[in-house]
Amino acid sequence: MAEAESATAESKQLPILPFLRLGEKDGEDSYLFGSRCKSCGATYLGDRMACSKCCSTDPMDDVRLSDRGELHVFSIVHQSAPGVPTPYVAAIVDLPEGVSVRCNIEGVEPDPKNLEFGMPVEMYTEKVHTDDDGNEIIAFKFRPVNNN
Amino acid sequence: MRDVAIVGVSMIKFGRYPEKAVQELGAQAALLALKDAGVTMNDIELMASGNLYQASAMIGQRILKEIGQTGIPVINVSNACATGSTAFREAYVAVASGQYDAALAVGSEQMGKMGLLGGGGGGGISPEGIVGSGLMPAVFGQAGVEHMRKYGTTQEHFAKIAVKNHKHSMANPYAQYQIETSLEDVMNARVVAWPNTLYMCCPTGDGAAAAVLMSMEKAKQYTTKPIKVAASVLTSDPWTERDLTLPDVSTLTRNASKQAYEEAGLGADDLNVVELHDCFATAELLHYENLGLCADGEAGRMIDEGETSIGGRIPVAPSGGLLSKGHPLGATGVANICEVVWHLRGQAGARQVEGAKVGLAHVIGLGSACTINVLQA
Repeated sequence: MAEAESATAESKQLPILPFLRLGEKDGEDSYLFGSRCKSCGATYLGDRMACSKCCSTDPMDDVRLSDRGELHVFSIVHQSAPGVPTPYVAAIVDLPEGVSVRCNIEGVEPDPKNLEFGMPVEMYTEKVHTDDDGNEIIAFKFRPVNNN
Repeated sequence: MRDVAIVGVSMIKFGRYPEKAVQELGAQAALLALKDAGVTMNDIELMASGNLYQASAMIGQRILKEIGQTGIPVINVSNACATGSTAFREAYVAVASGQYDAALAVGSEQMGKMGLLGGGGGGGISPEGIVGSGLMPAVFGQAGVEHMRKYGTTQEHFAKIAVKNHKHSMANPYAQYQIETSLEDVMNARVVAWPNTLYMCCPTGDGAAAAVLMSMEKAKQYTTKPIKVAASVLTSDPWTERDLTLPDVSTLTRNASKQAYEEAGLGADDLNVVELHDCFATAELLHYENLGLCADGEAGRMIDEGETSIGGRIPVAPSGGLLSKGHPLGATGVANICEVVWHLRGQAGARQVEGAKVGLAHVIGLGSACTINVLQA
């Protein structure tokens, strides 16, 4: 019984990409994190071994990235790999820390007329898959900021 | 480094050849190029072979098993869509260095119908379509949208590129598709990844192309019309602001064109014909500016005014481009060079750019690699 319980306890939430840090306790926010080069300030998603801008190999600063950013550009994808639901908005969002992130924009009909360059967007997370070991795969997505 | 000339070129009609092995396609192109040069495999001292999908299968040696196992050094190259043009450059460097007098470059590919939308996730879950898109249609859609954002370019500007290239293809028997399209056809076709519709995306396919290179001194023994390789440049993507999330196809092309013009002692104004990497209509428009064919922000006007049509100020993609001619990845770069050579020799038939003396062949492989070859009659 004790073993069965611990096996269940081992099924957990896993991020879809390594630069998404999930909140460890209830009520703790999940967020994207990055690394900032101490020499030149270039900022990257996730961990880095070295800076591809200035080639510094010094350890980088860990940066918690903002949940809010601005829509840089997008495409409306109507045809994709097998199993990928379409149409959807594939976008590049700029975060204020000086790094951009590839993401889906949800919460709007996938039509260019609903998307404005520079529009404020916010990150949220949701479960997108359960793997064979029962782990929940958590993805981040962005949606327009609701000003109401 | 010494002067190098192209003495022979060839390509087979791009299309679908499921009944053939890829080395047979490469072998066919190689034999045609050797014949065009007036030499045999016995005259070739080095071979560079470009193939992407079967990069671990020693396609270069397999081609030689079809056409002549002379024991020469063979280099197998893979560099995304720039695979063929990188193989060409390996052959160029080998001859320019003085170590070899005659080299053969072959690009070949057999993509079937899977193409750039193939792949997908492995055992786990793929982030594709959940966390944006890393597939080429979305990447080049976004790159086009970035130009819209900067300069107010419209979807119609991009559509006009497709109209032009499909029109050019009507005079190219080597093109995979020869279908003329109206602006309405292109605009109303189903969307693949906005702003690119179906007719604004290159097809997948099979094909091969080849080139024979010699030192200029040796070339003159074989031909009265050696085509000089005035510059052969390869760059990779330098660090730029968003390159890691939205591949930057512009900066490495700008770096390559600057280097190429310096190396050739020529400028964009000296070009008479250009074959560039129009994998999507959006890409061609960006490259007008990246190659210096016009000032930044002028590319939309350029296509509006027909400057890049055959008969215009600087014809681009007289072959029909990747959009019509096809894009069998490893073959594309060598085929672009082949097309430019035909124009410089006055052998391009009904699509001939009259009086062409200087041409440029450009290719981008995402990930990223850019090659530019400037050729001179």
